[in-house]
Amino acid sequence: MPGKLKVKIVAGRHLPVMDRASDLTDAFVEVKFGNTTFKTDVYLKSLNPQWNSEWFKFEVDDEDLQDEPLQITVLDHDTYSANDAIGKVYIDIDPLLYSEAATVISGWFPIYDTIHGIRGEINVVVKVDLFNDLNRFRQSSCGIKFFCTTSIPKCYRAVIIHGFVEELVVNEDPEYQWIDRIRTPRASNEARQRLISLMSGELQRKIGLKVLEMRGNAVVGYLQCFDLEGESGLVVRAIGTACTLDKLSSPAAFLPACNSPSKEMKEIPFNEDPNPNTHSSGPSTPLKNQTYSFSPSKSYSRQSSSSDTDLSLTPKTGMGSGSAGKEGGPFKALLRQQTQSALEQREFPFFTLTAFPPGFLVHVGGVVSARSVKLLDRIHNPDEPETRDAWWAEIRQEIKSHAKALGCHAVVGYSESTSICEEVCILSASGTAAVLNPRFLQDGTVEGCLEQRLEENLPAGCGFCHIPYDELNMPFPAHLTYCYNCRKQKVPDVLFTTIDLPMDAAVIGKGCLIQARLCRLKKKAQAEANATAISNLLPFMEYEVHTQLMNKLKLKGMNALFGLRIQISVGENMLMGLASATGVYLAALPTPGGIQIAGKTPNDGSYEQHISHMQKKINDTIAKNKELYEINPPEICEEIIGSPIPEPRQRSRLLRSQSESSDEVTELDLSHGKKDAFVLEIDDTDAMEDVHSLLTDVPPPSGFYSCNTEIMPGINNWTSEIQMFTSVRVIRLSSLNLTNQALNKNFNDLCENLLKSLYFKLRSMIPCCLCHVNFTVSLPEDELIQVTVTAVAITFDKNQALQTTKTHAEKSLQRASTDNEELLQFPLELCSDSLPSHPFPPAKEHLESASSNSGIPAAQRAVTVEKASPVGEGNFRNRSSPPCANSTVGVVKMTPLSFIPGAKITKYLGIINMFFIRETTSLREEGGVSGFLHAFIAEVFAMVRAHVAALGGNAVVSYIMKQCVFMENPNKNQAQCLINVSGDAVVFVRESELEVVSTQQPAATCQPSCTGGEVTT
Amino acid sequence: MASELDIFVGNTTLIDEDVYRLWLDGYSVSDAVALRVRSGILEQTGATAAVLQSDTMDHYRTFQMLERLLHAPPKLLHQLIFQIPPSRQALLIERYYAFDEAFVREVLGKKLSKGTKKDLDDISTKTGITLKSCRRQFDNFKRVFKVVEEMRGSLVDNIQQHFLLSDRLARDYAAIVFFANNRFETGKKKLQYLSFGDFAFCAELMIQNWTLGAVDPQADDMDMDLDKEFLQDLKELKVLVADKDLLDLHKSLVCTALRGKLGVFSEMEANFKNLSRGLVNVAAKLTHNKDVRDLFVDLVEKFVEPCRSDHWPLNDVRLFLNQYSASVHSLDGFRHQALWDRYMGTLRGCLLRLCHD
Repeated sequence: MPGKLKVKIVAGRHLPVMDRASDLTDAFVEVKFGNTTFKTDVYLKSLNPQWNSEWFKFEVDDEDLQDEPLQITVLDHDTYSANDAIGKVYIDIDPLLYSEAATVISGWFPIYDTIHGIRGEINVVVKVDLFNDLNRFRQSSCGIKFFCTTSIPKCYRAVIIHGFVEELVVNEDPEYQWIDRIRTPRASNEARQRLISLMSGELQRKIGLKVLEMRGNAVVGYLQCFDLEGESGLVVRAIGTACTLDKLSSPAAFLPACNSPSKEMKEIPFNEDPNPNTHSSGPSTPLKNQTYSFSPSKSYSRQSSSSDTDLSLTPKTGMGSGSAGKEGGPFKALLRQQTQSALEQREFPFFTLTAFPPGFLVHVGGVVSARSVKLLDRIHNPDEPETRDAWWAEIRQEIKSHAKALGCHAVVGYSESTSICEEVCILSASGTAAVLNPRFLQDGTVEGCLEQRLEENLPAGCGFCHIPYDELNMPFPAHLTYCYNCRKQKVPDVLFTTIDLPMDAAVIGKGCLIQARLCRLKKKAQAEANATAISNLLPFMEYEVHTQLMNKLKLKGMNALFGLRIQISVGENMLMGLASATGVYLAALPTPGGIQIAGKTPNDGSYEQHISHMQKKINDTIAKNKELYEINPPEICEEIIGSPIPEPRQRSRLLRSQSESSDEVTELDLSHGKKDAFVLEIDDTDAMEDVHSLLTDVPPPSGFYSCNTEIMPGINNWTSEIQMFTSVRVIRLSSLNLTNQALNKNFNDLCENLLKSLYFKLRSMIPCCLCHVNFTVSLPEDELIQVTVTAVAITFDKNQALQTTKTHAEKSLQRASTDNEELLQFPLELCSDSLPSHPFPPAKEHLESASSNSGIPAAQRAVTVEKASPVGEGNFRNRSSPPCANSTVGVVKMTPLSFIPGAKITKYLGIINMFFIRETTSLREEGGVSGFLHAFIAEVFAMVRAHVAALGGNAVVSYIMKQCVFMENPNKNQAQCLINVSGDAVVFVRESELEVVSTQQPAATCQPSCTGGEVTT
Repeated sequence: MASELDIFVGNTTLIDEDVYRLWLDGYSVSDAVALRVRSGILEQTGATAAVLQSDTMDHYRTFQMLERLLHAPPKLLHQLIFQIPPSRQALLIERYYAFDEAFVREVLGKKLSKGTKKDLDDISTKTGITLKSCRRQFDNFKRVFKVVEEMRGSLVDNIQQHFLLSDRLARDYAAIVFFANNRFETGKKKLQYLSFGDFAFCAELMIQNWTLGAVDPQADDMDMDLDKEFLQDLKELKVLVADKDLLDLHKSLVCTALRGKLGVFSEMEANFKNLSRGLVNVAAKLTHNKDVRDLFVDLVEKFVEPCRSDHWPLNDVRLFLNQYSASVHSLDGFRHQALWDRYMGTLRGCLLRLCHD
């Protein structure tokens, strides 16, 4: 009997009127956990009942504690007929199961009903007494911490990163059970919500068990998704990275676990050469790697066919033939062996992390991805989810082999996704092939001296760009040059990755969001024929998406993509592809060549003229973009880079010596020009359209930047003003004469207009950056396209360049490694200031807004000052006496990022993973589809905030809306929506407060209490 | 390509004050978009009309969802659905309960009933305020009235507590509620020159001095109803004009004191008896509900208009009224000094406010 769960129902407020006669409600509460139910007394005739119940005690297994949610139902007592349900609250008690997280859940929870939405609030207190361990076969994994954050959480240190954990559980979907025909929509929705909650709990417990087996204590980058397979069932699956984490006790101990390799490296620049000797050359590019396998399930007996596609968009000039330094050879080999043995023990050397401790990431090979089309069939035995397991295993195997082909032994930034339409399902997996430092992968088996050497080995800011594969035996044709940063190693001319930009990467200028969008019509078909059609289309889609990305990247004058995410969605009669990434100019990589247009019919004069006109437009755009994103040509870069690291003389000598022996160097010098210009052939109208669409992407209005990664390269002076938002758009395509071009245009317009709307709405936050912009596209019905965007807008301070970053030891330490980069950025920062800004005048009278979340920076600063002065209770009082007296609702911030600008996360309280269904049979009355969904999303936010506040937190980081499935039937006046969100509940303290606290009380122990006060006011 | 669905939801609810004002003013989405276009926002921001349309729709939807909460402002503070900074909450409430001068003048003193609500069409046409906005303002008046109607304690405090309005706005609402409850006539043609501010000023004085609450802070409806006993007693003042000796004595006292100080002395002297009769008769009549309603009509007819026709400067009016009230204390035969002060103290303030063009 390892646990006792205690629940107290305190009070309710704002309950709905359930008795029309009296305009009041006779409410009582049922508290259920597992199969045990308790009830409170009926509180007669009140919309604000005060139950003040006793402690309801549940004695339960820790296995149940992990799986089951606490279910609280508020009802209206009716003497003569059945009691009416008002609504429910599900509370995941998992955060109470590990010691460092929350100790009590206490607060106001919205009472939620799947038909009516939020109907009042209930105040609940929940505690758990865990009895420490009985020595027996463990089914539970209490104590394993889960984080959605895809980097090592801020107040922890990674001791060991064990690696990939995955699990999936399947069940029948209650919506498709026979009983659903006779029960109410409410009952059906609740059954579904409860089931998914149970399955999530079970999944988390099982993953926890795997982590225990690996001797880890946490899962980082935990991503859980559910697949609604309709008739064939419900799959909940999760992947993550098992780690052993150490809590950092005080903020001062924030120094990274391993020292940043900055300075030593400069002294020993010769030791780096990772050229591997063992790898298979496969059909792959550094950018992408695809295999489409269509494996029909069950009776369908066709041999599973796989078509490997070799896509190379890189110019085929200048194959490297030199022998770059082999000095580090023997040592490298040793390192490689070690790393490999560490990783080969693992079935899948995958990591869901996208940002890494310094020194972890050695080299990056490129994006690897795999997709497969499957036919769904009923899951016969929920206890044996083998089929689905096998599907994923197959895909992961492919990814692994692609990584190998790139000379990489690991995959980072790994993620999986599905798209389902009727009985066809596309499974996708992607990641970035990489070579990792073994130090973090094993316990204590690596000798200290090796560690040291290894760290010294890594060149700052460019090491990860160096190719991990053997240039003599390249798996694909690519154009290699010497690294522009260290001049030692070969680098590719472009680099695509799924990870965040490494902290120490040397970047020139700012980054920007780059999207490729694509639609392809497909004939309606059934089962196998449909699946075949889809798998035949996939390679073409991937190819085009890739071409678009490459073109747009060049158009921006940049040479690398980070955070690349390609989503292919399947609908009844079309496929959609949406790729998002953040383009940057990596200092280590060569300047991208321009785009050259070539016509096919050179005789036609007017045509020729048209082509040259287009060419001019393209060149202008590139020039404009370079200016906009402050990408200054590397001439400047060389001077600046030259001075701080090795003395210029030494470097030039080095160059010269090379030029004597090999011929690439001349090429390297010339490549500042447009020698390797990318050629676009315009041979038909399609191609013309493509070029046009390239040019139609409008840059964001001045003062706005956007990226889909955590941090925006080139901006680091964030203010604390953040605004997270979700925006959803659905368009109906006119079914008449749909062509691929028309579709593409519609889809492109949809995305562009959506972005324009966002810029307009957030104009009062200028200068600001939309970070972690996450687009998802789905095809809910025949002619409908749905696009959902979640992102966070963060205001930055133009005038206060670089000062904020200096406040923290950890940051400045990391900065130190990129001195050259800073030197480079500083003058750029200055000239950006002189640019005319603010095309949008801030909306009138925004001045009053004094809260931290909206309004203009001036008001914002005032608040920060006010907050900074008093500590502890002083703060508490300040908050509770605003103009609108006694507000009881504490502010909870939400952000898709893993951090909160201007603040320090002091505590992780546990994972938030919530699933909601909302349904209506009075769609028109609720304001149509927009009104319905707007209200629902607002309610979901409210419920997330309430749970976080009840845990004692004041923010959710790494927030993600994983699913937003919307279905409507306007004829019947009905609609239904399912939303799944997750994130990490945290406590943060403003840096300004932190400083006050730490100067006054060096012990720094009062921080949690001070923030606690903030929340509960 | 039509947008079937188009929403934006922020963790902090975005409030655009310009759009809020358009919404409060009762403009439809398309009208609001047209007005925003005219304001030049497209040129300033480089946005398109479609963006503006979508933005306006979003805000309107948000406001519609907030409206339910605005009906009971404390709910807005405690609700969890919309995360709105306190200063913004205050702004939302204050603006929602703000009203148009033109509108309030039309309904001030009218019964806040269904009947009046039916007349909103006409008011809308007359004032040029949209019907939707008229409805909101009317419903606000009615809602505040209903909530505070049967409450103990200060009217202004009650309104402030239940609607979280600023002091200024709460005072205005107290006046509206007070006028609606006592049904003072304000719509007559001869009262048209008076502003809402004039009436609100009078209402405040009357609430402070003439209601039950003025004598007994524990009474029910204390600030809403006039003190019936007091009104009954006012009959006693009649002696001031009925008794000829008293009237003459009063006049001579006033004239002696003001001689040489008034620019309109002779007019005052000639008119004294008329004016005094007017003021005292108004008091004596207040036992009848009908006459209470006509209080302002009577005051204007009996006092303001005569003064105006003789071109009394405001300062003369002030000197006269001060002397007129004070001299009564020297009338030995008159025993209702306290009653007189309670009446005249308030009336003096009101009359001074009413005397303008």
